[in-house]
Amino acid sequence: MASASEELWILGIHMTKFGKHPDKDVVDLASEAVQGALADGGVTMKDMGIIGAGNLMGAAAPTGQMVQKQLGQTGIPVFNVSNACATGATALRVAAMAIKAGETDMGLAFGVEKLAGAGLLAGGSRSSDSNTWTPHGRYGAVAAVDGRIGTQTMPGVFAQIGMEYGHKYGGTSFELFAQISEKNHSHSTLNPLAAYTKKMTLEQIMGDVMIAYPNTRPMCSANCDGAAAAVVVSGSKLKTLSLEQQRRAVKISASILTTDPWEEACQILPNVNSLTRNAATQAYEQAGVSPSDLNLVELHDCFATAELVHYDNLMLCEQGGAVDFFKSGATWRDGKTPVNVSGGLESKGHPIAATGIANVWEVATHLRGEAGDRQIEGAKVGMTHVIGLGSACGVHILEKSAA
Amino acid sequence: MAQQIPLVDYLVLGDDPHLVANECTSCGARFFDRRNACASCEGTEFKRVDIPTTGEVRAFTIVSFAAPGIPVPFVAAVIDCEGTSVGANLINVTPDAEHVSLGMKVRLATEVIGTDDEGTEAVGFGFEPLGG
Repeated sequence: MASASEELWILGIHMTKFGKHPDKDVVDLASEAVQGALADGGVTMKDMGIIGAGNLMGAAAPTGQMVQKQLGQTGIPVFNVSNACATGATALRVAAMAIKAGETDMGLAFGVEKLAGAGLLAGGSRSSDSNTWTPHGRYGAVAAVDGRIGTQTMPGVFAQIGMEYGHKYGGTSFELFAQISEKNHSHSTLNPLAAYTKKMTLEQIMGDVMIAYPNTRPMCSANCDGAAAAVVVSGSKLKTLSLEQQRRAVKISASILTTDPWEEACQILPNVNSLTRNAATQAYEQAGVSPSDLNLVELHDCFATAELVHYDNLMLCEQGGAVDFFKSGATWRDGKTPVNVSGGLESKGHPIAATGIANVWEVATHLRGEAGDRQIEGAKVGMTHVIGLGSACGVHILEKSAA
Repeated sequence: MAQQIPLVDYLVLGDDPHLVANECTSCGARFFDRRNACASCEGTEFKRVDIPTTGEVRAFTIVSFAAPGIPVPFVAAVIDCEGTSVGANLINVTPDAEHVSLGMKVRLATEVIGTDDEGTEAVGFGFEPLGG
């Protein structure tokens, strides 16, 4: 049985194509991902000791049990989790913690979302305007405040987060943020599982519909359907499996989840920086690697403005140096630290709960040398990052098997 | 003059409109809504404090899509009011990147957002460019 000093490994992992799946419901998509992950790992539901199940939009539903009924009911504990855009990473943490706690030696995590056509996502609740002003809610509001007192819509919140970075350190512009989007759309052309795989010029990106300045439509994450699943196994259990399973297994060198510590202004504009920096610091320490060791990074580019700040938060560059770091070309796929070679959320898509496992799939696939046309040659170490407003941040560091 | 009601309870109307916050008496953290304990230090004593009405734009966005009834485009911003951050719209300014800039100085201003069936005006707030 596993223990706290136990190593964690990805034994099998799978993601569905992201995009529009009008003929498939949440259970269909999740089941496709789970079956794929089980087959990839050479195991079945009978081998699983726990399930971490992530689905945000249907968080009240027993999604994990619905997938069991679709694929195999073995009576194991299911933890249905919801943690905004970090839901998938949270499901993965559940499986990892169960193994670390010694409760099981193999666990399943999946995330699934049906989001195609969902439109603009707001962060706060919207009260309706009534015929007589009646204060209600925590702020005694007499009318809906979103749009009257700032914005809680995601494009607007993350636009301000990028602008705030520009105010603090300088060097940002509409064009710079659009260039980040240009990179990710360019990367997506090599990813057959991405929702959008069209290269876009800077002019096309800047000339597209403005959603929340400086984010135009292609600079926003693409709402779409998709699922991803992973089988996590303990190091000691892995040693009992076949050489082929050991060779393809990917080590989880760090698995971290943080929330935001209190700071002035954090409840006015979400501070996505500190909790990401905290998660990254813990992850580097847990894995015993440094940012310069990373061969690729999949980070949470829910908006082009967000990607910039996370270069800094994940310490891929010097503090305050994200603009220069990007301008150096470091984050393009042929650069020093390729970021979002999958195309990122802006083009691969962002089926919310699936994202925190799909990014692990992307990195794992490179570490296995199975990424085809978009393979980062010789990739040995990679990082994944997601952030859900509220906030929760998941960071994983993955390493290629030495077997 | 018509009866008026503030859009939110942390906006104080009258001759000198301003915002108020609940300040933790032990660490000084400020909250615009009620807290059982301070998120910073877990203190449980709060006092009501006035927020300065002038500040500097620390972040902004120009929002083009919003809920029905909200005029677009509008400018949403974070204003640093002498050390206290406030979220608000920028008003009385052309909502484009030529007229709004990071670091611009602004002051609190109020505006009527509507009148209900009993003739009461709801008054909201925003920040407008300081001086001219």
